[in-house]
Amino acid sequence: MILSSKATADETGASKSNQHKLVIEAGRANRQYWADLWHYHELFAVLAWRDIAVRYKQTVIGVAWAVIRPLLTMAIFTVIFGRLAGLPSEGEAPYMLMVLAGTLPWFLFSTALGEGSNSLVSNANMIRKIYFPRLISPVATMVVSLVDAMITLGLFFVVAAILGFLPDWRIIFLPLFIIYAFVAALGPTLLLAALTAQYRDFRFVTPFIVQFGMYVSPVGFASSVVPQEYRLLYNLNPMASVIDGFRWSLLRGEAALVPEYLALGLGVSLGMLWLGLSVFRSVEKSFADVL
Amino acid sequence: MSEQNAIKIEGLGKKYLIGHNLDGGRPKTFREALTKGFKSALTSVRNMAQLRQLVAGDEIEEFWALKDVDLEIKRGDAVGIIGRNGAGKSTLLKVLSRITEPTAGRIEITGRVASLLEVGTGFHPELTGRENIFLNGAILGMSRKEIQRKIDRIIDFAGVEKFIDTPVKRYSSGMYVRLAFSVAAHLDPEILIVDEVLAVGDAAFQRKCHALMRELANSGKTVLFVSHNLRSLRELCRTGVLLEQGQVTGVGPIEQIIDRYQQTAADVQSVARLGAIEAWVKAEGREDGSNVFRLSLTARRRVSLSELCLIVTGKDEERLYILNQQNSFEMPYDLGPVSLQLRIDQTGPALVEGSYMVGVYLKADGKPYEDLAIARLEVPARKGFQTFYPPEVRGVVEPEFAVTVAAALEKQ
Repeated sequence: MILSSKATADETGASKSNQHKLVIEAGRANRQYWADLWHYHELFAVLAWRDIAVRYKQTVIGVAWAVIRPLLTMAIFTVIFGRLAGLPSEGEAPYMLMVLAGTLPWFLFSTALGEGSNSLVSNANMIRKIYFPRLISPVATMVVSLVDAMITLGLFFVVAAILGFLPDWRIIFLPLFIIYAFVAALGPTLLLAALTAQYRDFRFVTPFIVQFGMYVSPVGFASSVVPQEYRLLYNLNPMASVIDGFRWSLLRGEAALVPEYLALGLGVSLGMLWLGLSVFRSVEKSFADVL
Repeated sequence: MSEQNAIKIEGLGKKYLIGHNLDGGRPKTFREALTKGFKSALTSVRNMAQLRQLVAGDEIEEFWALKDVDLEIKRGDAVGIIGRNGAGKSTLLKVLSRITEPTAGRIEITGRVASLLEVGTGFHPELTGRENIFLNGAILGMSRKEIQRKIDRIIDFAGVEKFIDTPVKRYSSGMYVRLAFSVAAHLDPEILIVDEVLAVGDAAFQRKCHALMRELANSGKTVLFVSHNLRSLRELCRTGVLLEQGQVTGVGPIEQIIDRYQQTAADVQSVARLGAIEAWVKAEGREDGSNVFRLSLTARRRVSLSELCLIVTGKDEERLYILNQQNSFEMPYDLGPVSLQLRIDQTGPALVEGSYMVGVYLKADGKPYEDLAIARLEVPARKGFQTFYPPEVRGVVEPEFAVTVAAALEKQ
């Protein structure tokens, strides 16, 4: 039994109709959920491409937004935390660069969360009219944040070159931390996307979470300023270890990377991912009825 | 044995929950508003904790949009689904397309399905025509390779070569629809599910679409077609399925089912439910060629009525004219349990004697509702009107006209 309603190009005539059999039953768990998801990978790619293609259409300065946002955040946080509050940087690293290295994963996380959790509502007309595994919608939308992150990374290199503090060999670990940031965003995004579809209250909750998270995560300050007794609590937020990881790999290891906290953050992320996925899957069948 | 069936449906049911507000839903005192708000918030939070759907209202009613539906559709058959508004046609298509899950029952589908419940699903206005072909194609289930192979044919069929690299927001609505339909038309499924999307585009394009649908049906594909347009159902389908109040009440040759449908539509109750609104219509044709309509609307809760039209239709449910009530009174109108009664006197081109249907289109709380067959309009032969021709050949209207012989060339 091949669970698929997708019309594939079928020139060889190898897969003929009697192999395609679909059973729809009340309350039936889709046993081939993940195979079905893979079947729709082209749609996933197309939707991600669409979101990227239209992100900066009908804007005046276009992609420059992906540069301006982190640049301004960097300037403000450097002034407030570095100058006015006089907080120390991570080791030898210039404060400005340390902030930028934290802004990068934070924007990756917050853009993914913000856009992804709203994606079911913004794709409502598609969801009401066509079948596809609903998981595709938030995840494809989240891909946009990766593109923005790449642009910010380019900005980081420019600023690092100007300040004479370019990364060393540790940068080869950066891709792993990018994946980590994405996974950390995935769980909460799926949870919020499912909840936003059912209860629009969460449209107001998400921006609040993003705003709140920016202060409990070390975006504008270094993790080293957090007192030792609060470290465990502080590291329950996966973004703390994500940002520390980015700083470690981008700032020549000036920021300390504590394996225990990294493991804790990863554990919390995977727990959130499990929670997000199970909530999403339990309500996704009713999306067409509630959107 | 099931090899013969493209679709087999057993005991299918789909339940929705609808909330109603009692006493017009509006609290009378501040205290009442507080307790009521608190109570409903409590229920909502309880529902949310269990990830259940939110339903607003004091009283929650279960509504079976489909109930105990058994149906077998043979491979290669072209099936038309007929039924009045709210009979469950769209719900059936949605369940078959896997958009929504059934509450009960089982469906077996053998073969690749493509469902077309809307033209241009997912079209993005900022993207060009070409980009939208890839987007829409992927949404409908075509692979990238397949689209690349067919793109020239798609563009050609739509007739938009010149604008293919222009964002579709600059398209006229006709071009937009043609492009969208063209993508869908080049799907190559074994089972095609179509919901009234043919009611778009100009006449020439509609003919093109009909021809394509017929070709599909003749080439052994299974086609499932929902339409209000009885003429296209007659043209395209071999088998008819009659749905009434969520149940299948007839399956058979299309002509027979259409006749059955028209009979059931003929014993109209003059009353129809349009969302929360109950509409009562009475129509009377006069011998002087004018028509009088009486319309009464009530709602069990407070509803904002922003549009209201009477629709007069002919034998094939084709629209003859509408009587728009936009300027009759101030819109939006706050409709409640007290009925709104209107009398509409219509003069102008007289209808040829015969039987017509009167329906209502309205927009309540921003949502459109329509029922084309609420009351009958019997038009009698006009007094003092002389003609040799029987009503069948005289078309639909009889306008006033005068003839003057402008020039007569004498034959030499």
